[in-house]
Amino acid sequence: MNETMYIGLGYLGASVGAGLVLVGAGIGIGLVGGAAVEGTARQPEASGTLRTTMIIAAALIEGLGFLALVICLLSLMNFSKPKPGEIAAPAAATASAAAPAATSALPGK
Amino acid sequence: MLAEIYEHHILDHTYATLSILGFNLPVTRHLAMMWLACVLLLVLVPAIFHSTSKILAPARNLLEGLVVFVRDEIVLVNLGPGSEGYTPYFCTLFTFILICNGIGLVPFGATATGNISVTAGLAFTTFALILFSGIRKNGLVHYVATLVPHGVPKVLYPLLFPIEVLGLFTKTLALCIRLFANMIGGHFALLTIIGLIFIFGGMGHIVAGVTVLAAVPMALFITLLEVLVVFLQAYVFTVLTAIFTGMAMNPH
Repeated sequence: MNETMYIGLGYLGASVGAGLVLVGAGIGIGLVGGAAVEGTARQPEASGTLRTTMIIAAALIEGLGFLALVICLLSLMNFSKPKPGEIAAPAAATASAAAPAATSALPGK
Repeated sequence: MLAEIYEHHILDHTYATLSILGFNLPVTRHLAMMWLACVLLLVLVPAIFHSTSKILAPARNLLEGLVVFVRDEIVLVNLGPGSEGYTPYFCTLFTFILICNGIGLVPFGATATGNISVTAGLAFTTFALILFSGIRKNGLVHYVATLVPHGVPKVLYPLLFPIEVLGLFTKTLALCIRLFANMIGGHFALLTIIGLIFIFGGMGHIVAGVTVLAAVPMALFITLLEVLVVFLQAYVFTVLTAIFTGMAMNPH
């Protein structure tokens, strides 16, 4: 387990975490949306109230999802920063938080 | 190189630094965008309100529709009857967030609410409003006593009271993060998709051309989704502020 392996596992952990957050938020908002559609089917005159309630509940769940996403992004940005008392590892020096994996394919402008 | 593009489009730039009374206040891009939103609201809305020409009649109708919508669907429903006095605050909040979000989609504009300091300031005003309205309506002692919901067995009070106090901060923090992450996420996704063109361009011109055919419609779709998210997030921030204020004013 050398330095690069630790950094790679860190990236893997943050990315898989972001994907898991998506699963949770998707299931939650899907349940809320499905209940709203079923309620509108049973009683079409209540569709306005149901739509408002659905949007509020969906925004609350999505807020939690974004909170976890921000944590994943912050942790990704932390991996490439050199810790106090060490030189930046060459594998991480060119990788920024959001650059996709193919940084070696960048045109040399 | 991609890192610089991201930093240029998402982070803040300082244009000048004012020195007032010993404080060094930087004038940044997001601050200039917020000033633009304030100028638009302070100049356009009274101009529309006091106008009498026939050409501006649709604008007057739009303004009246907006204010009546905020009063009837957001303020009166959540804060209880007799609370029309809070309508100007919620109208201002809604339109300010809407304009600050929308300026980010216009060329040469930056999203002021894509800065966590701006959304933290807005969430702080919500926090102040919750405390102010709750204490004004119920008195300080009664407000603190009714933080814990009604109908809870007395033995759970020592457990629930810190949770409720923490919940006050958590709800406001969630408001802040929700608005910030929604605004930043759209721009992030857009920059990544357009950046794919340049990354694949390193392999040759033909690969870049094919990527353009795939990436530009996806970027267009994400921009349209952004417009929806702009309106939705302004509405959700205002509605959640109204719900929390209503819960503070009418504990039952």
